[in-house]
Order: sequence, then C-alpha cells, then structure tokens
Amino acid sequence: MDRKVVIPGDLLSEDIKKSGEGTYVKNEKVYSLLYGLANYRDKINVIPLAGKYVPAPGDNVIGVVKDITFSNWIVDINSPYDGLLHISEFPKRIESDEMSNYLRIGSSIMTRVKDVDSTMKVELTLSDRKLGLIKTGRIIEISHTRVPRLIGKGGSMISMLKKELNCNIFVGQNGRSWINGSSEDMDLALKTVLLIEKEAHTNGLTDRIVEYLKKEKGAKS
Amino acid sequence: MEECNDNISFFKEGLRLDSRRPDELRPIKIEAGVLARADGSCYIEMGGNKVIAAVYGPREVHPRHLQEVTRAIVRYRYNMASFSVEERKRPGPDRRSHEISKVSREALEPVILTSYFPRSVIDVFVEVLQADAGTRTAGINAASVALADAGIPMKSMISACAAGKVGDTLVLDPMKEEDNFGQADMPVAMTPNGDITLLQMDGRFTKDEFSQALEMAMKGCREIYELQRKCLIGKYAQLETEPFLEVQVCD
Repeated sequence: MDRKVVIPGDLLSEDIKKSGEGTYVKNEKVYSLLYGLANYRDKINVIPLAGKYVPAPGDNVIGVVKDITFSNWIVDINSPYDGLLHISEFPKRIESDEMSNYLRIGSSIMTRVKDVDSTMKVELTLSDRKLGLIKTGRIIEISHTRVPRLIGKGGSMISMLKKELNCNIFVGQNGRSWINGSSEDMDLALKTVLLIEKEAHTNGLTDRIVEYLKKEKGAKS
Repeated sequence: MEECNDNISFFKEGLRLDSRRPDELRPIKIEAGVLARADGSCYIEMGGNKVIAAVYGPREVHPRHLQEVTRAIVRYRYNMASFSVEERKRPGPDRRSHEISKVSREALEPVILTSYFPRSVIDVFVEVLQADAGTRTAGINAASVALADAGIPMKSMISACAAGKVGDTLVLDPMKEEDNFGQADMPVAMTPNGDITLLQMDGRFTKDEFSQALEMAMKGCREIYELQRKCLIGKYAQLETEPFLEVQVCD
C-alpha cells in the first residue's frame, strides 16, 4: 500500500476520477483538503490525523445522555453536534413522564445514527438488538480518525481482538468503544486499544498487535 | 509612519543592521501540536517574534445567535501579552488588535471549507508572547499550521510575510528598528499558488516599488510555506521513529 503524508493544498493527481475522500478538484486536478495520510488505491483518499467526528447515517456510536426534553433524550456523541433520541425510537413504548426511568442523565448508550439533515440535526435510534443502555464493562475514548484501524480491513483487527482478549467489544464510529469481559482481560484490552491509537498510522499493525498480545499473555502465565 | 530620519543608517556594507541581505527573512522556527488541550496548535518564532496559536473546533457556537445554519463561522482573536513589548502594553483588546483579528480572519477564511460544518464555530486564538515587528504575519503563519494540525479541511495553507522600505531601499521582513523608522511596511498573506488573501500597506511606495515589494513579499511567503510544510510533515516522521511522548495533563 502506497501512503504518504500530505498537507492541505498538495497536488495528488491529474486524473479527476481519482478524487476520493479528503480531496477536492480544481482545474481538472486533484488536491488534498486535509493534513493526513494519502492512500493511493483506485481512488486517492486522505485520512486525517486529527479532527472532530461528524455523524453520518448508519454509524454506530456510543453516547452519554446529557439532557431530557419532553420527548427526546439529548445525547452527547463526542461531536460538535448533539444527537436526539426520540421517545418513539426506544424499543419499548413508554410515556414522556417515565423517560428518566429508562435512560437518565449520565447514562451511556450504544446507539445508531438514523438520520442527519442538512442543518446537522442528528436523529438516533435504539431499534436493534445489539443497541441499548450500557450496564457493565468499560468505555474507552480514542480519536475517531483511528477507528478504521481499530476495526481493520474487513473487520480483521476487531475480530482478532475479540477472540484473543475474550472480550465483547463494540466500536463506535465516534471513537468511543465499549469493552466487556473479565477485569484482567479488560485491562489488557484497554492497553491494546491505546496502542492501536498510538500506532494507527504505521504499516502491518494487525500482525504487530498479535505479537504484542502473545508477549503480554506470555508474561502473565 | 515616521518620515525617514537621515541620522539613522539602516545598512552597513550592503547588509542590514542584523546582517541580513535586503531580501532575506529572519530565522524561523515552527512547531506544531504544542498544546494538549487545543484541537490544533502551533508555536512560531520569526526573528524576535514569539507567537503561539491555538485552534478549537469545530464546536458548538456560544452565544447561540452568532451561529449560521449553512456554514461554520470562524473567530480569530489576536492578542498581545502585556509583556510582549518593551513598554508594558495595557492588556485587553484595543483598536489595533481588533483590526488585526479581522484582517487575519479574512486572510484565512477563504481557504477553510466552512460549509462542511454547519451551525458550528472554529475558534482561532493567537497570543503574541514577544513582538518584534510583523506579529500579524507570524500569527497568520502559526494559525494556518494550527488549523491543519486540528484536521480542519482547507483548500491550501496560508503563508504571510511583510515587505518594507527603509532608507529608500526595499527590504523583506522588516524588524522592529526598520518598522519604526522606515518609510513603508506592507504585510501580505497568500496561498502557495499566489492567491493573495491579505494585503495592507502603511507608508508610501511608488508604483514600481509597490510591484517590486509585492514580488519580494510573495517570494518570502513561498519560503515560509516550505517551512510550514516541513514542520507538519516532520511532526509525523517523528511519531514514526521515536516512541510517542505521553502528554501529562494535571486535572
């Protein structure tokens, strides 16, 4: 894989068909929009090294309830824009005055972005078996730009982690991940996730993490 | 601007008082990502100028009435520390810093893709710790690197540099003495491909001098662009070779 650090305004290609994410086209040429890593494949994508999470429909995210209104929970999703979880999106039919019996201010939830409109009103939903209130486990927050590496190509990294660590892991696109398992397993899982965040821009990461886990486990037994 | 004082000589054997050639920049040092709390930051030294820039956002707009439905707003605050100049500067915003904040914001706004973040704000704070003429250009250079460091989408970087006239000679990047007793000072900010986003002039140039000075300033901007670029790319290279330095934050 061919990768290179680029800064905003760098010329990436003269073929406008190669314009991917994080790029723009001017005068039939492709330039970078971001400071990040340019990936040269069929299309050129620039992966940012920093930045805020902007919600997109279909994203799984982990949020914290920060307010309750007449028919909505207002959820902090680690983004410039708050999420709105409408009462009708709760899996059970509940009344407005009993909303705080189910999700209180400070409750952490696994949720999904249902829709985002042009004014960035973010609608969330809980209508899936794997979504809902977080009761046990731990939440770790990393930069959302590192999430693709935590998941790996086709989910390779995350499925390896789940297997090797004996943990249940839910990765939110907003950079928050939920980890559930025995307390020693979670300790190692947290360390591993932080290591992935730190080395997200390097090549051959999954293999190195496998090595790392082997060593850590060897040290324990 | 003061009239040229004939008692002062700005040149010694063809070189300037700090032994620079007329078309030479002062030494520049740029460092990105110096602040742990800010989303993006940059520290720059341009000769005697020491400036730090911090970028926060995109984030929610407070007060709410300033927010725009279709795009992000950009706020730029230029501030000089009371100890940044020889005689203590009265702290707080004044006429001069208001003006500089406005023109600097307008120098950066054209390259920022504000439409990506409706109803939000991108805050840029520029603090001058030590001033030695040309703080607004140093501030813009730092802010541009800090914006890139914050991961904000931009069409290109912005570089800024001043040209001036002292003792009837055009000079690049005037220092304090040349600024105070010179005949003209002209800060310029531009994109690497030459689109000018800021052009101010204080004092007098003839038409020819103006085009020459502009050419000179643009050449300076290109040199600064290379340094900005080196700084940003170098930050990543350092991450790759050295073990990551943990930033300790006291809570």
